Parts: sequence; structure tokens; C-alpha cells
Amino acid sequence: MSIALFVSCFVDQLYPRVAIAALDVLDRLGVRVDVPGGAACCGQPPANAGFERAGDAALRQFVRTFTRYDTTIVLSGSCAMHVRSHAAALEADGSRVAASTIEFCSFLHDVVGVERVATLNAKRSARAAVHIGCHALRGLALASPSELRVPHFDKVRTLLETVQGLTFAEPERQDECCGFGGSFSVTEPDVSARMGRDRLRDYRQSGANLVVSTDVSCVMHLAGLASRDGQRLPMLHVAEVLSGSTAAA
Amino acid sequence: MTPSRGLPVIEPVVDHAAAAARFNANPDRVTWHDAALWFVREKRDQAVTEVAEWEELRGLASSIKEHTLSRLDEYLLMFESAATTNGAVVHWARDAEEHNRIVYGILESHGVSRLVKSKSMLTEECGLNPYLEARGIAVVDTDLGERIVQMRREHPSHIVMPAIHLKKEEIAETFAAQLGTEPGVSDPITLVAAARGHLRERFLDAQAALTGVNFAIAETGGVVVCTNEGNADLGVALAPIHIASMGIEKMIPGTAELAVFLRLLARSGTGQRITVYTTHVHRPRAGQELHIVLVDNGRTTQLGRDGFWRSLKCIRCGACMNTCPVYRRSGGHSYGSTVPGPIGSVLTPGIDLEKYASLPFASTLCGSCTAVCPVKIDLDAQLYRWRQIAVDAGYVSGKKRGAAVVAAKILARPRLFALIGRATRVALRILPRSLVAAVAAPWSRDRDVPSPASQTFRAWYKANRASRRAGKRQ
Repeated sequence: MSIALFVSCFVDQLYPRVAIAALDVLDRLGVRVDVPGGAACCGQPPANAGFERAGDAALRQFVRTFTRYDTTIVLSGSCAMHVRSHAAALEADGSRVAASTIEFCSFLHDVVGVERVATLNAKRSARAAVHIGCHALRGLALASPSELRVPHFDKVRTLLETVQGLTFAEPERQDECCGFGGSFSVTEPDVSARMGRDRLRDYRQSGANLVVSTDVSCVMHLAGLASRDGQRLPMLHVAEVLSGSTAAA
Repeated sequence: MTPSRGLPVIEPVVDHAAAAARFNANPDRVTWHDAALWFVREKRDQAVTEVAEWEELRGLASSIKEHTLSRLDEYLLMFESAATTNGAVVHWARDAEEHNRIVYGILESHGVSRLVKSKSMLTEECGLNPYLEARGIAVVDTDLGERIVQMRREHPSHIVMPAIHLKKEEIAETFAAQLGTEPGVSDPITLVAAARGHLRERFLDAQAALTGVNFAIAETGGVVVCTNEGNADLGVALAPIHIASMGIEKMIPGTAELAVFLRLLARSGTGQRITVYTTHVHRPRAGQELHIVLVDNGRTTQLGRDGFWRSLKCIRCGACMNTCPVYRRSGGHSYGSTVPGPIGSVLTPGIDLEKYASLPFASTLCGSCTAVCPVKIDLDAQLYRWRQIAVDAGYVSGKKRGAAVVAAKILARPRLFALIGRATRVALRILPRSLVAAVAAPWSRDRDVPSPASQTFRAWYKANRASRRAGKRQ
């Protein structure tokens, strides 16, 4: 089975350590991945801003790059959801790529399995708030959203429960959006910043000293606010915690 | 409409972000507003926990609505026939103007000068109050929240809780000025007692009562009105004329289907198991006239829109407003639309896209609205679709358009992206932070810009992995 890792534009430029950690995790789990050049972006940022047709060029590039792989792992829930929802309408290979594209945590949970992930023997002494991006949560079903009356599950938390020494904060609001929202963060700066600060307050008050997220775009927004407000609250991607790396936003 | 009765004129083009910025100028008020609505969302969650088959009910309700909407013409005629047989007079209104004309015609022909209304977002949508007031008819909204905003010459900020944006102290001021309550007394029991006394006189005095409609039952020709205050019942029971105004999407096939919606409506809206009053009106009392006005006002156009017709499934519970993190932090008035929040942002652009083009962008697309919706409207997907249409129609500033198109071009070209990324990271490193912040505004007004990594992942991979892997392959 051929597997590729897609490193999104955000991760490549601003959070390379996340992709390095993800490669380390996959390597140690015996998952061999290619990181092909050829696609820098899935096209989501312009599409969500209303410029889908402009963004489609990037999505086409994504489809062409990854069509030769059986599975494409994506290091962002938001990008993965965009490909899964929109690639099928684009190219002949679009529906195949849409179906074979999977977000990183989903891949570890559903394909690799939690028992294997536990063999990573990750350790971290911290009280973590688990921040699942909204698209990962409601779009890709990484956990049961608070609105639905379905049996409770949380794939991200299940993965992180394999980390020795890690405990979990229980924020008052289980899954309120952090307010990033792509272009929303600049077109509605007041509401966006307010949402982020409310999320940070909830995390702090629940005793978290670490935020672990599926999406570094949320992290860029939340960490930018925390830093501006002079608060120290380290933030990591799930891959970094599982690989045991220590850098933090 | 005399100036003193005038409602605030809604700005010609709604700028949600600007209105939200004004709302956020008072952070304590945002905290309070967010908490008030989140409280309702939590009550809803609690009520939903009691119903084991909640998700099945949502699916069923969605199917019933989709079925009814796909045969709306047949059900409307079935309804008209049954209602007429029951002794009601059924009217058809193409748009708001025709609705208002019909209502005024009924009132004028009976010499009515005093009308009481129970909650009706449709008449708000049609601008009925100013229309009637300009023709000499005194209109009193009898839902407490609606009465409060009417007294203050405001619009409702929420479809279920019209005065949710007001604190009890502000209501006390209004009542002291207009109902003669003691200034400074903001005890809710006192205020409600004053409103009851005031409204009771209006009920006794009214020559006609107008109600909204929550559900219209095609097979029986009856209409169902759900309220918590009994004001619809009091109006209808006392007045010699009852006018029920409804959007055509309120139709459901029969009473069996009604049961599904009654289980969903109040639980979703306010966390109640059922509204205090569920009033079924089938025929006029002896000596009373019952008029039912069926209003289109853009609904058939929306029904014909491929990506948007499912928005007509809405039963106006307000749950998407209560759950929306943007609505809670921008306030209902920031939408400048009769129906605010996520559902308003997919309905209203269909009426006037130029005016309401900013509404589909007043969302992070977090999807909470879609998950909370009792009839499973794909609200976030519809918001996404309206964004594409708003951009195509040119209702987005040239600056934003230019930036997005350039960005999209860069993102589609990996080599160019790498080049520009490198230049940007160098710039981020060598330029003073203050200059970076100025360039990155409005991102950087509230947020620090991330410090650039010394090396992109691409560069790291090339140096550390690509050759090793190539070696392994051979």
C-alpha cells in the first residue's frame, strides 16, 4: 500500500516541527510515507473566503499529486475536510482522492490502531486541553460533538491517553469554536479575537497548562492571542505529543 | 408612519463586521449576552438528553419537511380546501406588500382601528406594523419580548427571544417611562405584572387579533400556534376577527407529523419539553371571522434554488442562534435582518444579496448550527455556497478580491509558494516587529505573528529524508 503525507502550507512555512514529528511518529509505527512535492495547498483558504474557483487550481494540483497513492494523510482536519468535500466535483480522479484522504489522527486511530500507537511510549507531564478543530470534529467525526445525542467518543483523546503522565483538563465548553475561521480572522477581527480569548480563558480556568490540537491554524490564532496578552500556554499538535518532541508554540 | 413611531432605519448595505465591532466595544455586555444564550443552549442539551431517539426524530422531521416542500403546491391546495370547508377564508399573498394590503383590507372593511398581535416574525419580515400604523391602525405586540422592543422602537434581536439583548434594568427604564412603574425597580415579577396589566387592557379593547403560525396542517386545514405566554389564545378568544399570517413553508401533511415537530420545537428552542400553550385553530367561533394569509415573499424563489431550498425546512426554533459563537458575540441586531444568526444568513441573502452579502461571511463555518438544527438544515454548507455566489456577483471589496485571487494563484504553484514563503520568512526575521505588525494588520491588532521557523519543512525534508528514502528504494 502506498501512503503519502501532505504537509499543508501552514505547517510547511510556520510549523515545520509538526510535520517532522508526524514523520517520526509514522516511521516508528512502521508506516512508510512519501512526501511528494507538487502540492503546497488544498485550496481551502480562498474557497472558504468565497473564491472557490480560484482555489480549485490548488485543489486540482492536490488531486494530481496524490492520485497515485492509496492513502493520503493530512496534517490538518480543516484541509482534510476540504479535500474530502470538494475534490470529487473537480477532476476525474477527484472522488478517489477525496475518499483516500484522511486526517492524521483518524489515520492513527482507525488504520494503525490505538494499541500500536501506545507502543510509541510517549511521555509528557502536563494537563492538556484537547482542541479539536471544528472541521475535524463535526466534519470528520474525530469526536462526538456536544450538539448530537450520540454515544460519546473522542479519537484524539483516546490517542493522547496512551501518553504517560498526560492528564486532561475538562473545559466548561466542550467544543466551542476558537474563532479562527480562515479569512474570518481578518474580516471579522473583533468577534474572532473575542472567541479566541474566551476559549483561552476556559482552558486556563480548567487548569490546562498545555493545548494539544489537531489543527495548527487554530494554534496560530490562539497562540498569537495568548502571546499578545502575555500569557504562557504552550500549544502543540497531536503529532508532537505522540513523538515526544518538546518545542511548543 | 409618524416619526415618533418609526423604527430605526436599517442601513442600506449591512456590514456585519462593523456592527459586530460596535457590539464588542462593550466587552462586559458581550460576556453577558454570550452567557445568556449559552444558558439556553445548555438547557436545550439537557432537554435533548431525555429523548433517546433524538437523532432519529431529527432525521424524520427533516424527511417530512423535504417531502412536504417537494409537493408544496399539492399540500397548499389541500390545506386551502380543508380550511375553507372549516369556515376560514384563505388568502394568497405573493409578497410582503400584498400581505400587508390583504391584512389592511380585512381590518378596514370591518372598521378596525385597534389590533393585537401575537408573535409573528413574518409580519416583522413584511413590515406590517409601520404599514398599518401609517393607515391609522394602532398595533400592539402582545408577546412580552416583542412588546418591549416595540415600546423601545427597536427590532427583535432573536426570533424566539426578541428582547434577549436587553437587561432587566433597561426594561425597567422603558417601563418607568411608558407604563409608569417606579423608576429603578427592575424586579422581573413587578415588571411582568405591569406588562400584564397594560396588555390586558389592550386585549379587552382589541377589535381584531393577528397571530403567527408555527404549523399548518394540510389534511385538516388547521393552524397551530406555540407560545409560552398565552397571548395568542387571549387575543384570538376575545377578538371578533382572527387573522393568521403564515409563510407557505409552514405546511406539514397531517397531525401525525405534527407530533414529531412538537417534540423537537420547544426542546431545541428553549429547552422546554413543550411550549406552555400549543393552540390548535381549526374554525372560527360562532360570530367570529378567521382569515388565513398564505405568504410567499421570496419563498418559492428559494425553493427553486438547488443549494438552498432545504433552508425552507426551518421551524424557527432559534437553536442555531443560541449555539452560534458569532451570534452570541455580535448580537442579533448586527445582522440587520428580521431573521438573524446562521439561518438568517442563508435566508436573507436570497431576498437581497447586495444588501446582505456580508452575512454568509459572519461565520467561522464551525458547523455547530448544522449539528444543533432539529430539521438537519446543512447551514454551514449553505453559508459556504452563498459566499461563492456573493463573490461571483461582485459584492466583495476589490482589495479582498485581489488578495484572495493572488493568494490562490500562489497556493496553486508550489515553487512560487516556496519562493514567496522564503522571502516572507526572511522578512519576518529581519524586519522590526512593529513593521511586521503593521503589514499584518488586522491580524496583528490582537494577535502576535508567529516567529518564522528557520527552515521550512520542505527544506528540512530535502536535507534529511528525501535522499535517504530514495536510497532505500533502490
